[in-house]
Amino acid sequence: MQILIKGARVVDPGNLDESKDILIKDGFFEQILTPDSHAIEPDTQVIDAKGLIAVPGLIDVHVHLREPGQEYKETVASGLCAAAAGGFTAVCSMPNTQPVNDNGQVTTFIISQGKRAKSAKVYPAGAISQGSCGTNLAQIFDMKQAGIRAVTDDGLPVKNAQLMRRALEYCKSMDLPVLVHAEDKDLVNGGAMNEGLPATILGIKGIPNAAESIMVCRDIALAELTGSRVHFCHMSTQESIEAIRQAKKRGVNVTCETAPHYFTLTDQDIPPYDTHYKMNPPLRSEKDRQAIIEGLKDGTIDMIATDHAPHNADEKDVEFDRAAFGIIGLETALPLSLKLVLDGHLSLNTLVKKMAKAPAQLMGLSNDITPGNAADLTLIDLDSDLIINPDTFISKSRNTPFAGLKVRGQAVMTLVDGRIVHSKI
Amino acid sequence: MRFEKKNILDIHSLSQDQISMILDTAFGMKEVSERPVKKVPTLRGKTIVLFFQEPSTRTKLSFELAAKRLSADTVSIAKSSSSIVKGETLIDTAKNLEAMKPDVIVMRHSSSGAAFQVSQRVNCSVINAGDGTHAHPSQALLDMMSIKEKKGCLKGLNISIVGDISHSRVARSDIVGLSKMGANVRVCAPETMIPMGIENMGCTVAKNMESCVKDADVIMMLRIQKERQGNMLFPSEREYASLYGLNKKRIALASPDVMVMHPGPMNRGVEISSDIADSDCSMILDQVTNGVALRMALFYLLAGGSRHADTD
Ligand SMILES: [Zn+2]
Ligand SMILES: [Zn+2]
Repeated sequence: MQILIKGARVVDPGNLDESKDILIKDGFFEQILTPDSHAIEPDTQVIDAKGLIAVPGLIDVHVHLREPGQEYKETVASGLCAAAAGGFTAVCSMPNTQPVNDNGQVTTFIISQGKRAKSAKVYPAGAISQGSCGTNLAQIFDMKQAGIRAVTDDGLPVKNAQLMRRALEYCKSMDLPVLVHAEDKDLVNGGAMNEGLPATILGIKGIPNAAESIMVCRDIALAELTGSRVHFCHMSTQESIEAIRQAKKRGVNVTCETAPHYFTLTDQDIPPYDTHYKMNPPLRSEKDRQAIIEGLKDGTIDMIATDHAPHNADEKDVEFDRAAFGIIGLETALPLSLKLVLDGHLSLNTLVKKMAKAPAQLMGLSNDITPGNAADLTLIDLDSDLIINPDTFISKSRNTPFAGLKVRGQAVMTLVDGRIVHSKI
Repeated sequence: MRFEKKNILDIHSLSQDQISMILDTAFGMKEVSERPVKKVPTLRGKTIVLFFQEPSTRTKLSFELAAKRLSADTVSIAKSSSSIVKGETLIDTAKNLEAMKPDVIVMRHSSSGAAFQVSQRVNCSVINAGDGTHAHPSQALLDMMSIKEKKGCLKGLNISIVGDISHSRVARSDIVGLSKMGANVRVCAPETMIPMGIENMGCTVAKNMESCVKDADVIMMLRIQKERQGNMLFPSEREYASLYGLNKKRIALASPDVMVMHPGPMNRGVEISSDIADSDCSMILDQVTNGVALRMALFYLLAGGSRHADTD
């Protein structure tokens, strides 16, 4: 059985940008053909993709799957199916599960749950420190053997600079990137939204921009010291972007991601005490939002990730300062990011770089649409209008600020290893 | 004119006309409190729930007296007796309270926005009696009432607010309300207590205490939370008093008929010296008296008043 995707515009940065027929066999790309130049063999499932865009499978390098430990929020399976519905063929899962993914057994468990889901793929990240407690290094080699693609204590900053230095050095020898959750907890000091006029009006404790950029600057210094690969997660401030821009100019080995909410919303958009807008880092000011867009345009921000953070309704339906931080993102990321293309900030080619190619590079994967590679592919319809409706989400959670938002463009088909795992066609 | 609001959650959402109407009603209510029999039947048969999730003696007593003087039935729930300590959420507790069909819920809570969140889920009226560091509208209204009583109007007055603006819901509500009514509001405190963007809420920030109190018609001193010293806001009470305390020397810079206010309870010798707290220019006890009248006015306008005049 083979699949022929017929007549799509293939956008694969650095490789292809033209109309092609894509033949998939036994889970791999078999041939990339000039349309109508070839016969169609019997026993071929033909997918008419005229008017659609075919891109290498989108990869989200920052997702919280909540299993093991908090399966009522999300499971590996529900998260991976939500990913597929959003056009992602793979995700990197953060280790702050219960127990923390700080050893080979938990890694193996997550990978096996991922295989059973028969949907998008999961590449777990392991913890930097045991229990993500920030004291001793976790069993990084053990986890690497089991399949982790990165390490991070995401959810918590690595407070101790010495531990961070050692983690960077240790991971350098294993060629694992270290993902940084940049946050100075002393500066956050119980804050629940961005420090600024909206927080002052609402009487909510603010989180200053420096709580993020101070750690970005520290870890740039450690990246320079060690020469290791450092990747900054969920960048939200102008100051962080500027620090990374300068570091890259000096040749420091750093990359970074932002999330769609940081280029879509600001703290002015938060309806009074609406906990669906509470996340960490918080929604910043318009000046920061503009700086994020600028960073995406000039390449300082390498990729877009979601920081998909599922929470049960009970954890959000409480007082603002007591509500859980985080929003889900897998099923809204692509349309929100396509808006950057519609608004003329990014070319489609650049967006695909940020949502498919750069994430693959970070995880050490190749996802070119080329014969012999695993057939991970996303088909996008740029012209379909839709209204975001959480009732239709596959994710177990509904904590999104984007309910009711009109958007344009979405993933209409997702193939993983040559299997259709999501289709709206 | 009818009073169209269902809830009193903050000063921001009240118009100038609505504020004037509340103050006028409150002056009428004050007269009731001065009678030998301080009780009228206006709210007979109405139920008011006092839902206080944060300790407060004065404000609760003031609301309770106000309700009783209007003949309403009151029930109160304090933190220790509420289900929230047993793990019930705020919203569930509020829905339970509402199921008992009260006319008004008066709410105090340590989280900003709690009263707003409850008001969105219940059908009865909600009065915010202080939520986190967000708002304390009845306090701001009684402050306005007290100033208007002594000065005749609010427009054009120089009003100085001194103290921990960052953590004060009273300050926020006073800044919004007084500037809305045309007063010039100045605030002063160490930079550690000035929240970001406050000058966009209707006030200017004075560099030091002297420039803040200069030509002031009203000086409002805020309570310094002694426990906040551990929060690195100021090094010692002594240093705070010397830089920001209101004393004889500083008050001499103010307008000759300056009035001094304080929402209480005071730290004598820290934010205010005793000779000023007890002097003729002090309005501190008038504020307490007016508090009851003002809260009677709120109950009357929300639960009785013009909306239900024919049922009385
Ligand atoms: Zn994080
Ligand atoms: Zn995260």
